[in-house]
Amino acid sequence: MTDPIVAEEEALSGIPAQTPIDRPRTWRVYWRRLKKRPAALVGTIVFCVFLFLAVFGTWVAPYDYQAQDAKARLDAPSLSHPFGTDQFGRDVFSRIIVGSRNIFLIGGFGTLVAVVIGTAIGLASGYVGGASDEVVMRLLDVLLSFPSLLLALVLLSTVGPSNLNLVFVVAILYIPMVARVVRSMVLDLKNKEFVEAARVRGEKRSYILFREILPNSLPPLLVEASMRFSYSIFLVASLGYLGLGVQPPSPDWGLQINDARNFLQVAPWTLLVPACTIAVLVVSTNLMSDGLRQVMLPGGGRN
Amino acid sequence: MARPVFEIEGLHIDYTTESGVLPAVRDVSLAVHEHESFGLVGESGSGKSTLAMGAIRYLASNGRVTEGSVRLNGVELLGLPGKELRELWGSRIGVVYQSPLSALNPSIVIGRQLAEVARQHLGLDRAAAFARVAEMLTKVAMPDPEAVMKRYPHQLSGGMLQRCVIAMVLMTHPSLLIMDEPTTALDVTTQAVVLDLVADLKREFDSAILYITHDLGVITKICDRVGVMYAGEFMEQADLRELFKRPRHPYTLDLLGCVPRFDPTPQKRSLVTIPGAIPRVDELPHGCIFAPRCKFVEDACRAARPPLAEVAARHLSACRRWQDVPLPAAYLREATEAMSAPEMERGRHEVLAAAAAAEVHFKSAKGLIRGRTARPIRAVDGVDLQVRVGQTLGVVGESGSGKTTVARAIIGLTPATGGTITLHGKPLPRSTGKRPRATLREIQMVFQNPDASLNPTRSVGDAIMRPLTLLGGLGHQIAKGKAKDLLEAVSLPVSYFDRLPHELSGGEKQRVAIARAFAAEPGLILCDEPISSLDVSVQGSLMNLLMKLQVEKCTSYVFISHDLSAVQHLSDAIAVVYLGHVMEIGEAVLVLTPPLHPYTEALLSAVPLADPDVKQKPIRLGGSVPSAMDVPPGCRFHPRCPRFLGDICREQEPPWREGEGDHRVYCHIPLDELARLQVETLVLAGEERGA
Repeated sequence: MTDPIVAEEEALSGIPAQTPIDRPRTWRVYWRRLKKRPAALVGTIVFCVFLFLAVFGTWVAPYDYQAQDAKARLDAPSLSHPFGTDQFGRDVFSRIIVGSRNIFLIGGFGTLVAVVIGTAIGLASGYVGGASDEVVMRLLDVLLSFPSLLLALVLLSTVGPSNLNLVFVVAILYIPMVARVVRSMVLDLKNKEFVEAARVRGEKRSYILFREILPNSLPPLLVEASMRFSYSIFLVASLGYLGLGVQPPSPDWGLQINDARNFLQVAPWTLLVPACTIAVLVVSTNLMSDGLRQVMLPGGGRN
Repeated sequence: MARPVFEIEGLHIDYTTESGVLPAVRDVSLAVHEHESFGLVGESGSGKSTLAMGAIRYLASNGRVTEGSVRLNGVELLGLPGKELRELWGSRIGVVYQSPLSALNPSIVIGRQLAEVARQHLGLDRAAAFARVAEMLTKVAMPDPEAVMKRYPHQLSGGMLQRCVIAMVLMTHPSLLIMDEPTTALDVTTQAVVLDLVADLKREFDSAILYITHDLGVITKICDRVGVMYAGEFMEQADLRELFKRPRHPYTLDLLGCVPRFDPTPQKRSLVTIPGAIPRVDELPHGCIFAPRCKFVEDACRAARPPLAEVAARHLSACRRWQDVPLPAAYLREATEAMSAPEMERGRHEVLAAAAAAEVHFKSAKGLIRGRTARPIRAVDGVDLQVRVGQTLGVVGESGSGKTTVARAIIGLTPATGGTITLHGKPLPRSTGKRPRATLREIQMVFQNPDASLNPTRSVGDAIMRPLTLLGGLGHQIAKGKAKDLLEAVSLPVSYFDRLPHELSGGEKQRVAIARAFAAEPGLILCDEPISSLDVSVQGSLMNLLMKLQVEKCTSYVFISHDLSAVQHLSDAIAVVYLGHVMEIGEAVLVLTPPLHPYTEALLSAVPLADPDVKQKPIRLGGSVPSAMDVPPGCRFHPRCPRFLGDICREQEPPWREGEGDHRVYCHIPLDELARLQVETLVLAGEERGA
């Protein structure tokens, strides 16, 4: 049987739009559909809370994330320190809040660079096609065939850990994935009639790519970007834990887990809190990107 | 008197949606008797399929039958427990859908798949089930049933698959057969074969058939009684001939007028249009639901909703002015107008564009391991045709005949691999990329799929302005003004300027595509099946629009379609294409009356004409168009030709036989002989009908 939501949209779409009712615009349609999916909505809200903390964390945090309090080392969670304190007596809650900025900066910029470069490669390779497309895609396949954490470790141990290098490592790892998504969109769109109409008009290649094809690839690209971002949180935290990521004294979550290993018996919160925070952010980002896929892609991305 | 097999009384069906409850079908009644087929017609969104599927309780999960009674052989279906209902679905009720490929499991061979039905519902053992399948396949006139049973669905053509589905459905000898547009996805020639089959089976089996279609021509071929639906209600119900000859509802009258009549004369006429669109079922008008679009509307029509009442014997109409509904012929004379303007006669004979020996051969993929010899796909294989200034050249042929590829070669989207394309007598570079801007401007195209021909992210105004600024070299402000003029020219409100394509209906999108094509002020527009995916009423108004714009701007068209009625309605000249080659070309009247080439003749006798009184020749083509990789030697039509002569057709390429004007026929049989054969078949056809 047909999916009721699809059936309903079909029932409604059979009716032409000549009536002067104001049809909602695309984005409003997305929002309306998102509201009907509670999991996706919760994911989006949690994500937005983290985004807010990343931007305004230093003002929101109750303590200075570096302030040490020798009298309150490894204190259990209490009213004054909701998530307890670490071995230097620093407030874990404040460090979590301030630490979100790093995640968003490195993950976000890394994903952004990957999206920009990946999109450029995917567009060019897909539109030109032929042998060059084949060569580019096989090269990207080679890059994809390495386990990502291993590749990141190799790259970082060569160039040395720094925030800027982390951004580039994230970007290099995700470029092939973004490029593949964009390329598949281009392959789908480049033979559509509206692109042919543009060719018949004698439009330049750049116009066809950036004005006709790219705008129609944005929804899947956005979904892909949000998925990449959630994986990059993992990656940055893992690298931090392994000591090749963000360096101390920065309040990085992965770094915090690493520090807390030694105190697992006496102060489990110092490990559990950052670990759970990573999990919550990754899950909510995944829920959000899943929701985006369902509301933005035709057929809800079911394949 | 035949007994009623399937009865629906006062049926109401609702869909529950987020915007509330939609009453999709309201108070509908009908009865189908044994050996009878009841046709459900109406535009899309009129609730035909919902009615049929709701009546057998096979609805989407948000659909619900709220009221009424449905009886199959006297058994009430609406209160039936789910288990008993499921038993009925497979055995007593059969459904044939539009797409046979999705009705069959692609990974099971036909024989096993059909035998499964026999074992499940008839309780036969393996051997008996297979014997039964073979018997049923023979009944649906399947050539070589044993071989077909060993094939997978993808190895059969659409027509053969649809016959397999019909065989499967008839296996259990169902009391009710629901056919939902079963021939819409098929070629005309195949459609004719399947329609013949259904008509035969109707006589042989005592099943009642509920036949859903939007095509009035198909209705005349198989239905005994017809119900015209509109926005979830019946507007009119009558026996076939009565409905076509003496319609008692303005909607029926308009529907009949939307369809081009077969009448090839050089004098062109417009078609009847139905203004507006079907109302949403949650925004129905107060009085008669058709009143806002009705040409016979009075104030009283808007006050109260007229009931469906018996106005003559076995004739129901929901119009309170049914007595004032004129005869179709008189109405057509009044509601349509002659379209050719006298000034068009000037310069008529000048050739604008031509293809000479045009070829498009595609390289087919070689086998990866040991190279199977790569034969080219000869999509277009030596086509000669001319388009004259201000005229329309219609191109007809079955799917796979290469008609679209010819157009794409002319415009350069698929560069020709041989021959020349000329414009104003000068040869053109083969690909769009190499053509100068002035040439690009001269040739434009309107594509088949309205949903894909506009960029979904750009507004209507943007789409029309682009050719104005790019090819016309106009400034932004002037272009904007001109784009608005063009919107008016294609009868769209100027307020559509800022709309996005998804806010338009299919017909409106196609109007924008036409406006965009005209924006470049081209001499030639290639229309590739521009109306085939649209509703009849929308088709009619688009054909009117194309004719109007042609008269105003003296533009030439190449109109590609598989629909011969539409082609003859619009065209001054017609080219009949088969397997990448022109079979016959010339002035429309000369090509069609009488049709000389055996292929033209077969196409013409296969078109379902929307007039129950027209006698058509019973010529049916067997098989389907061969692959363009294996073009038959000699005359490429010889394996399917009903007038096959013998070795000469198999071995030698036919000569061009020149007729009146530039009428040319590609056949071994001389023209006068072909003309004589026409008369003979007509007599034969008459006798057959008399017998």
